[in-house]
Order: sequence, then C-alpha cells, then structure tokens
Amino acid sequence: MLCKRIIPCLDVRDGKLTKGVKFKGNVDIGDPVESAKKYYEEGADEIVFYDITASHERRGIMIKVVEEVAKNIFIPFSVGGGIASVEDMREVLLAGAEKISVNSAAVKNPKIITEGAERFGSQCIVVGMDVLWVGVSKNIPSGYEIVIHGGRKKTGIDALWWAKEVERLGAGEICLNSIDADGTKEGYELKLTRLISENVNIPVIASGGAGNPQHMVDAVTIGKASAALIASIVHFGEYTIREIKEYMNEKGVRVRMKW
Amino acid sequence: MIAIIDYKAGNLTSVKRSLDFLNIKNEITDDEKKIQKSIGIIFPGVGAAGSAMENLREKNLDEILKQEVMNGKPLLGICLGCQIILDYSEENNTKCLGLIPGECRRFDSFLKDEKGEYIKIPHMGWNQVNIKKENPLFHDIKNNLDFYFVHSYYPKPAEDFVIGTTNYGVEFCSVLGRQGLWAVQFHPEKSGRFGLKILENFYKYCVRC
Repeated sequence: MLCKRIIPCLDVRDGKLTKGVKFKGNVDIGDPVESAKKYYEEGADEIVFYDITASHERRGIMIKVVEEVAKNIFIPFSVGGGIASVEDMREVLLAGAEKISVNSAAVKNPKIITEGAERFGSQCIVVGMDVLWVGVSKNIPSGYEIVIHGGRKKTGIDALWWAKEVERLGAGEICLNSIDADGTKEGYELKLTRLISENVNIPVIASGGAGNPQHMVDAVTIGKASAALIASIVHFGEYTIREIKEYMNEKGVRVRMKW
Repeated sequence: MIAIIDYKAGNLTSVKRSLDFLNIKNEITDDEKKIQKSIGIIFPGVGAAGSAMENLREKNLDEILKQEVMNGKPLLGICLGCQIILDYSEENNTKCLGLIPGECRRFDSFLKDEKGEYIKIPHMGWNQVNIKKENPLFHDIKNNLDFYFVHSYYPKPAEDFVIGTTNYGVEFCSVLGRQGLWAVQFHPEKSGRFGLKILENFYKYCVRC
C-alpha cells in the first residue's frame, strides 16, 4: 500500500533558508542544503523548496542551491517560486529537481501547465494553489477563492473549479495551501483539503497550519490528502520527522518507517 | 565504467548523480563503442514508451542493447527502461525491445486500494517491494522496504521473470528479470539509502562478471 508522504518545505530567499508567517516578515534560519541533508537523513519522503527571492537577477543563486542539493540527497524534491516559463522549468529540472511547482504563473497563463506536462511529463508538474475562504457566492460556489502573489491578490477564481481545471490541463499533483490556516499551527484546513482531494484524481498535498503530528494524521485521513507539507514545526525543532512518522504509524497511517 | 544509455529520456542525470555519489565511474552515452567497452549498462528513463522506442531506433540503440545483452553484459532497466525491455506496451501501442517476455499495462482507474478508495494515477510515492526470489540486486537489503515510484503503466512479464511485487490496487511486478538482466519499476536513484544500495549491488555484480 502506498505510503502517505511527509514533506518539509524550505522557503529560500537569496540562497538562504527563511520562514515567514502569513506571508509577512521573514527570518533567515539557515542553509537550505544543510537542512535538506538533515531532513533526508531524518526520513523526509520528499522535499519542497520555495524560492521567494524577489529580484529576477538573483535567481541564479537558486539554481546553485538546487545543484548542490541534488548531489547530496537521493529522494525526490521539487522547486517552486518564480517559475514562469517552460525554459525556467527546464533549468530547474536540469539542475536536478524531480518536479517543479507553478502557482501565480499558472493562474495568469494556464497554458504553461500543458506545455510543461507535454515537454517533461505530468509527473513533473505540481500546481501550487493558495486558497482563501471568502464564503459561498455566485462567482465562488465552493466558497474558496484562489489568491496569488503570496496571498495578497484575489483572482475571482473558484478553488474547486481551478483544481479540476489544472488536472485537465495536465498537472500531476496539487499542492493545496490554505492562507487562512498558514502559520496558525492550529491544523490544516480539513474541509478544503477533503473537498479538493475527493474531486480530483491526482495526488493532493495538504499545506498550511501544521502544529502537531495529529494534524498530519487528520490531513491524510479526514482530509484524504496523499501528503502533508510541514515547515515551522520541524525548522524550529519542536518535532523531528521521525517523531512525526512514529506518531502517524501508531495511529494506523501507513508511512515509510525505514530509511 | 557503467554506461547510462542516452536516448533523450528524462532522469538520466539523477542516475548519474547517484553513481557519482557512490564513486562509481559512469558516463551518459549513446556511443556504440563506449557501450561495448562498459562493464554494465543502466537503462533509465522517464517519458512515454512510443517516443522512447523511436529515439532508440533512430540511434540504432535497440540493436546495440540486444547485442550487448546477448553477449552477457549486465543490464539494469529503471522505470520506463523496465517497461520497454518487455515485448510490448499498451502505452502508444508500442512494440518494445523484447529482451524479456511480457507486456506493459495501464493501471485501471476503477481499481481500489486496501481502504476501498479509488487509486490515483500515476502511482506516485513510496511503496513496498516484496522480494520473492533471492538475487544479487537485493543483496543485504531487507525485504518489504519502501521505494519511490512514479508511473501510470506497470510491467507484466512472464511468470518466471517475476522477482518482486508491489500492491497498488493490483499486485504488480515491480522487480523483474533473470541473472544479469534486471529491471525495477521504482527509482533506486530517488529511493534513499536502500535505492543507492541497489545501484551499488548492480555495480559489484558487473565488476565480478
């Protein structure tokens, strides 16, 4: 039986590991390559890097980070943030990433999903969705709206519709981030996670709100996600990945326990 | 030197990086002489069976590979490389290399997992490999460990060639082959320490040969 995946997410700015709360204010917390190695050895099933480098000129730094990571860890990892073209995707994949993640760029130009999938295969293309609860309305029937630019800009797009649409366009996976839950440590947005997971046939990664291992259990059972993204709770040493997985295993969730 | 076959399929560099990490001399190549000189061949690949076979034929690599295998050169197929060493693939209705009897089928989306949920396709993530026949590839590796998979089609070789299986809505063959000619559906280069161990075991077998 397929394991549920635990995926630490590393935000990288100008080549340094950073962590922000609700997309505001970031603090540098270390070296992304060293952290990736540590999580690899601790039993992470996959790693996500999110490049929040503001200036385009400094994106070369991220490619160096990706190359260095690829030489040292032998589990899949994905890179997102600032990827806006098939050429950007190619560069990151060649540097050694297994998958690339598109977010705002996919909303502005959905064709990029199909182009990427045709060129590199659907399994490479993760669509990141930042979602905000706005209440049910005629334009947003699910009540969940897609927001872009790190949660600052509303799009008028319904999240459920968008999830089905990105699957149709060729996405291989969805990384579903709740803006409401992000940084709260009160648990994933389970209603949203379940809604999306039940309505697409591609894997969904739950993101935003992890505060303790029970939250991960809930995300993959009640929320029906294939994987759970975590950040602060491992970056700041509250839990190790092994502790999280041991807990999940005890609760009857199948996770990879030997590595 | 281990030859990693270059046929424009994805994932070649990640196999190279893992061999580099293990200090195993290797080269990504489509050159006949270099392939002949190698002590073993790794045949990786991500992509579709149809275009992969086209690319192989274009470079005459299909004939070179068959010849090398006939001469007893050890070969390890990975993922797509595991599928197209069989006779046929349902993907793009493709006639394949036929190094091992069998065919490749698509996961049926009506299949359900042990918890009664419909399976998602592709089969992506870590899943258990149950080894049924002892073989050098899995030397010093415990049974029923998890390896990393990404695929929508699965190999179905003739029964004699099944070495290990995995459950995903259906019990499918995830390790197949015979002495010196093996293939794995998962990605050893992305499966952590135990995956690296498989690559190392393959190399050691090549050195002994």
